[in-house]
Amino acid sequence: MTLDRRSFIKVLGSASGLALAGCATQGSGPAVSAGSAAEIMPKTTRRVVVVGGGYGGTIAAKYVRMLDKSIEVVLIEANDHFVSCPFSNLYLGGILPSLDPLTIKYDKLAANHGIKFLQAMVTGIDATAHTVVTTKGTLKYDRLIVSPGIDFRTEEIEGYNDQTPELMPHAWKAGPQTVLLRKQLEAMKDGGAFVISIPLSPFRCPPGPYERTSMVAQYLKHHKPKSKLIVVDANPAIASKGPLFSAAWDKHYKGIIDYRKASKVTAINAGNKSVIIEGIDEVKGDVVNLIPPQRAAKIAQHAGLVGPDKRWCPIVADTFESTLQKGIHVIGDASIAGAMPKSGYSANSEAKVCAQNVVNLMNGKPIVAMSGINTCYSYVTTDEAISVAAVYTSKDGKIIAVPNSGGVSPKDFSLAKTEATFAKSWLNNILTEMSS
Amino acid sequence: MKLKTSLASWALVAGCTLSGAALAAAPTPEMISFACAGCHGTNGGSAGLTMPSLANQSKSAIVDAMKKFKSGDRPSSIMGRLAKGYTDADFVAMGDFFSKQKFHATTQSLDPAKVKKGADLQEANCSRCHLDEGKDGKDDTPVMASQWLEYLKMQAALYDSGKRKMPKDMADKWNKLSKEDREALLHFFASVK
Repeated sequence: MTLDRRSFIKVLGSASGLALAGCATQGSGPAVSAGSAAEIMPKTTRRVVVVGGGYGGTIAAKYVRMLDKSIEVVLIEANDHFVSCPFSNLYLGGILPSLDPLTIKYDKLAANHGIKFLQAMVTGIDATAHTVVTTKGTLKYDRLIVSPGIDFRTEEIEGYNDQTPELMPHAWKAGPQTVLLRKQLEAMKDGGAFVISIPLSPFRCPPGPYERTSMVAQYLKHHKPKSKLIVVDANPAIASKGPLFSAAWDKHYKGIIDYRKASKVTAINAGNKSVIIEGIDEVKGDVVNLIPPQRAAKIAQHAGLVGPDKRWCPIVADTFESTLQKGIHVIGDASIAGAMPKSGYSANSEAKVCAQNVVNLMNGKPIVAMSGINTCYSYVTTDEAISVAAVYTSKDGKIIAVPNSGGVSPKDFSLAKTEATFAKSWLNNILTEMSS
Repeated sequence: MKLKTSLASWALVAGCTLSGAALAAAPTPEMISFACAGCHGTNGGSAGLTMPSLANQSKSAIVDAMKKFKSGDRPSSIMGRLAKGYTDADFVAMGDFFSKQKFHATTQSLDPAKVKKGADLQEANCSRCHLDEGKDGKDDTPVMASQWLEYLKMQAALYDSGKRKMPKDMADKWNKLSKEDREALLHFFASVK
């Protein structure tokens, strides 16, 4: 593995090679550029490098600096802004007029906390030499925190190629893909069929596809009532908040949503604009939102952080240090964080746990047992939302939900309007925390 | 096969020990409280609108609120579900952490006439418990200054509906006030910096 990585870095050093997504907001297009071998920002003091400026990375960078100002923090992100996946379904459904309220920049965060922000693509990591290779040069680190987000296992869908995201947007990384899918939805004729394909768990944001279903359905109900929404779900049942979503769909979108469980898309037919279920049934759509199965971002795969499942990164519960590469910590969707779901709030909470124990490790202090939270709201109509919440702790080296705590909203939707306002405050606070 | 299984389980045990799980110190007040900041703002300074600031809040008010969320005495959506994940000692740790954070002054669009009216009313009605214009709390009386108006309105509505129970001293005063007076008080407390 080490050899592979080294030769990989060498290839990049010789000015050719495929750049890897080292960020949470990577666009859909394949960016091809080379890493540079020249060292930039020579290390003069203790340094933590954070890769990825999304829900996890921004918070990890900020909290390391909040906890110990003597540690230098460099945050590396490919883009100069970040678009939140949470709430992007509301844009898709036409409730939010633009993605602007979901977009943050890094300047205030960097200035407020003395974080050095480097806009670059991470193309390689050498765990032995404690070096990160980027498109702008190499950097040394004492500890590395990687919050790289997800990549798609498109090879599991026959016929999927570089053009497929344009034809059948995934919109599972908020930004241009979300805008594209919205445009296709708006352009769809009344009476058309909108298809959502949901991959097998685990994937980023377990309730996300079902909130999306609700948001597209409410748009169709109000603007294109003759249309159908066909949901083909690879899972045996709705993967999160199932009874609540089912009840909401029955109440509000009967006749619009055609939900088909245990329907795994194994191939596409681009010419027909259709998806093929288990190699047999063909489902044709005027608009197709194909969300492919997922794994940790490419940089995690190439840095040797991905475990035997070849998908996600195993970590030590209290520190989020990789069990495979010393000195590298993995947080957010890419990590196997036990009972914690792959959500924005989980990433926020994991980042804080990780930051505290990275600082403890660097200062020779004892590791502190983790304590974390997930809270997640999903809209089901224009002004109603449901939630799931849980508290996490570590036990025998595993992250578990605290027994007899947490849970979902009441079944009668008595709090749904209130929770919709709470959801907005959730977004406001979490994005403010990330950007200031 | 048997040998393999037993070796594997030994490796697992060793892995757990090496991972630091057995060695980790109990969660600190920071470890427990940082997790709240995703909704309540960094160090408890909320960006609004329905999430209360916890920064500089009275320690006993936080402990009391968390206990009531946990028991269901105080109505909530997710707070009750979250509170069940913590012990009384955790609540004390949270109270300890947030009470030590810097006061979080907010800038809100408020009605100046209501703020002025509320300032006059609070002196006679609230100031015995909500000390120093709501900047200080007595015992488990919460700090009110600079809380977001939306949050204060939601709590007032819960009190008025009877879903959230008022302390007797408060009920004696609050229930005698008109709707307009109550709203003026909320504007006043939200304005205090």
